[in-house]
Amino acid sequence: MDGNKTHLVSQSGDGVAASRTLRAQVRKRLTAESDFALDVDFHAPPGFTILFGASGAGKTTLLDCIAGLTEPDSGRIAIGEECLLDRAAHIHLPVEKRRVGYVFQDLALFPHLTVEENVDYGLAHLPRAERDRRIDAILGAFRIPHLRHRRPREISGGERQRVALARALVTDPVILLLDEPLAALDAATKTRIIDDLRAWNLARRIPILYVTHSREEVFALGENVLVLDQGRIVAQGPPHQVLSAPQQETVAQLAGFENILDATVEALHPDRGTMTCFLFQGKSENPDERMLRREPVPLETPLVRADLGSALRIGIRAGDILLAIVPPVGLSARNVIPGVVVSVERQDAMISAKVNCGVVLEVHLTLAARESLRLEPGREVWLVIKTYSCHLMQK
Amino acid sequence: MFIDWQAFWLTLRLAVIVAALLLVIGLPVAYWIAFSRWRWKFLVEAVVALPIVLPPTVLGFYLLVALGPHSPLGRWWISLTGHTLAFTFTGLVLGSILYSLPFAVQPFAAAFAGVDRKLIAASSTLGASPLKTFFRVIVPLSKPGLITGLALTFAHTMGEFGVVLMVGGNIPGVTRTVSIEIYDQVQASNYASANATALLLLVICFAMLAIVYGLNRRSWLMVPLHGPK
Repeated sequence: MDGNKTHLVSQSGDGVAASRTLRAQVRKRLTAESDFALDVDFHAPPGFTILFGASGAGKTTLLDCIAGLTEPDSGRIAIGEECLLDRAAHIHLPVEKRRVGYVFQDLALFPHLTVEENVDYGLAHLPRAERDRRIDAILGAFRIPHLRHRRPREISGGERQRVALARALVTDPVILLLDEPLAALDAATKTRIIDDLRAWNLARRIPILYVTHSREEVFALGENVLVLDQGRIVAQGPPHQVLSAPQQETVAQLAGFENILDATVEALHPDRGTMTCFLFQGKSENPDERMLRREPVPLETPLVRADLGSALRIGIRAGDILLAIVPPVGLSARNVIPGVVVSVERQDAMISAKVNCGVVLEVHLTLAARESLRLEPGREVWLVIKTYSCHLMQK
Repeated sequence: MFIDWQAFWLTLRLAVIVAALLLVIGLPVAYWIAFSRWRWKFLVEAVVALPIVLPPTVLGFYLLVALGPHSPLGRWWISLTGHTLAFTFTGLVLGSILYSLPFAVQPFAAAFAGVDRKLIAASSTLGASPLKTFFRVIVPLSKPGLITGLALTFAHTMGEFGVVLMVGGNIPGVTRTVSIEIYDQVQASNYASANATALLLLVICFAMLAIVYGLNRRSWLMVPLHGPK
């Protein structure tokens, strides 16, 4: 593939000088039977680092290793100068000594304690006056002083998230681990909580590892994104960089490619800066949709450094494909592919059509477009795909 | 008609002491059963459950042997106090603790195991030692199970017969409990007295259990184990 390696795993942390940086090198087999292992080596500087990946990619296991709730098979974890774990040197700081702020996916607020008692829980080692001062400050910062004497089940979901954050942060942790803590919230509440969290961290500057599988959250928070796939970091960098040139399938899903297709390189056209690929259906949930016709579908794509006949993967956003009901002429787009509508499905205010043109492609269009084209299953259509809408990925 | 109040008083005292001691003994045993990952743990669980299936006479017999002057334990006790453990109130307490152990440990352990592991993890990430986690999180959230265990222990001790007869004998004011008293009265054909004593025991036990379960139910409603998701 192309030689741009900057988006791939960067394991050197030479440029990171901050003293509070998390350095984690963790290897852990997830289950005894499978050979699927978490195997990562990365640095997270102060500020937000997004851990993105599908469920089962090993995100929560990684957080558990950092918190000390799970023991890695091998590795070393340090925050600044402080070593939390070093298997080789037999260092294993117990969970309660690590000063890690951990907000669990289901928050894990103590149901039998009030909001104030929950927040106070991690402050037992401090004098009463200092505890009260800190509780007042953190409840204020997260705008929940009025909830003090309520119990977790008496407050709303968003309020519970704020309490969980306050409880973790009030202890002055050296790192904050957030396991999809805002997943259940509406966008407005989410934004407000994130703003408060950001404001709080301006003064502290600790690393915040934020696990999510939501694309919007990646863009909203991202200073630094780590993409985790099958236990490995497959891409790292600022969100726009990782997402604008996705080279891995996980990244492609993150960037919103509804169509991910297997292809082989059939012809190179260096003079035009393009090449021709033959398409095969990539992953499909529905086996019936696979290879309904055996003839390969040619597609003109941007030229990358690749050998003839080599296999790669092509991502095409469903919104980047045009539909025509008569053979279109006079287009700049190089790919015009005939096909038949397989299904037309409404998703909110949008139509998702599946078109079989040898492979099945998903196309998004507006409700009005469906009306004017009178789209329905069985209708003959032409797909129009620009060369530069075809994104090439490593296989 | 004759009601042996001394026997009632003795039985009540026995049940309270045994329940209190089993709270102290049962908590660590149940904690170990709920959280240990030892591969042979099931063997310990089986031993703890034995008194449920064994006839009280078997348990009583072994206890008698273990407490008697021919066993190391019995000799040690005699050297300490000058008399054997068998046929004393202390021996009765010891026998009852063993006999009622599963009735305390099993509800305790089930309640501990039912506590959301995430809450325990949250407690430790907040700097709490395992001991603090136990008393601040696990025990409060296990309250219904603890109350149930204590109620069962208490009731079970109130009504025990076989172990008492084997280990304690029938010494008025020392080891003669209500169940033995009833047996005596039936043997002596004092059916009116037996009836009155049995009825009283039944009423006391029922009232006790009703109060405990009533409280338990309310605590469930007031402090549910898990908040709404």
